[in-house]
Amino acid sequence: MKIAIKLFAGLRDRAGTGDLSVELPEGATVRDAIEAAQHNAPKKWAAPTSLMAAVNNEYVEFTDTVADGDELALIPPVSGG
Amino acid sequence: MIIITDQPLEPNILTDAVRDDTDGAVITFEGVTRNHNDGRGVEYLEYEAYRPMADEKLQELIDEIKDRWEIDKVAIAHRIGRVDIGELSLVIAVSAAHRRPAFESTLHFIDRLKQVVPIWKKEYFEGGDVWVGDPDSKRASA
Repeated sequence: MKIAIKLFAGLRDRAGTGDLSVELPEGATVRDAIEAAQHNAPKKWAAPTSLMAAVNNEYVEFTDTVADGDELALIPPVSGG
Repeated sequence: MIIITDQPLEPNILTDAVRDDTDGAVITFEGVTRNHNDGRGVEYLEYEAYRPMADEKLQELIDEIKDRWEIDKVAIAHRIGRVDIGELSLVIAVSAAHRRPAFESTLHFIDRLKQVVPIWKKEYFEGGDVWVGDPDSKRASA
C-alpha cells in the first residue's frame, strides 16, 4: 500500500524534501512509515524525541497502523503564536 | 471565525465579529513580532502552517474554551509567511458577558495553540536563522 508523507519546518530542511511517497506492507505502523521516510529521503535525518505524527489531520501514536492512501504528517515541535 | 493568511492582520475585523449587545467584555490579544529573542536581535520571522489540519485544530480549541468557560464568540487569525518587526502574527478576540472568563479562556487558548496547532516559526537574526523550539535546528551565526 502507498502512504503519502509530509515533512515540515526544520524536519523538511534536514530531510531535503517536504513530500515523500512510500510503499509499505499491510499492517504497517506509523513507526514503519517513519523508518521508510528516513530511508527514502534525499538526506539522512534523525527523528527527534519530540516528533509528533498526524494521519489525515489527527494526531496518532507511533504504534497505530496506517492504511492505503493515508497522508502521514511528521510534525516537529510546533511554535505558533 | 478562523483566518490563516499571508496578509497583514486586522484586529478590528475580529473584534467586530465577536462583539454582541449581550457581552460586557471583549478581549483582543495581539501577538507582535519583537526585535529580540534569547538575547539577540531578531530581523524578521517566517511562519508556515500545515493546512487544513491547523484550521481544524484551531476550531477544536475554540470548541474547547467554549465548553470550559462562559464565553460567547471566538475569532482567531494567524499570519503565515514573512512577518516583520512590529507586525502582528496572531490575533485572538473573545467576547463574554463578564471579563474573567474572557481573560482566562484567551490565555488558555494561546497556551494550547503553542502545543497542538501545526504552525511553525522561523526566526531570522543577524548571521543565521533557527526554527523556534526545534532542538535539532541550530544554524546559529558562525
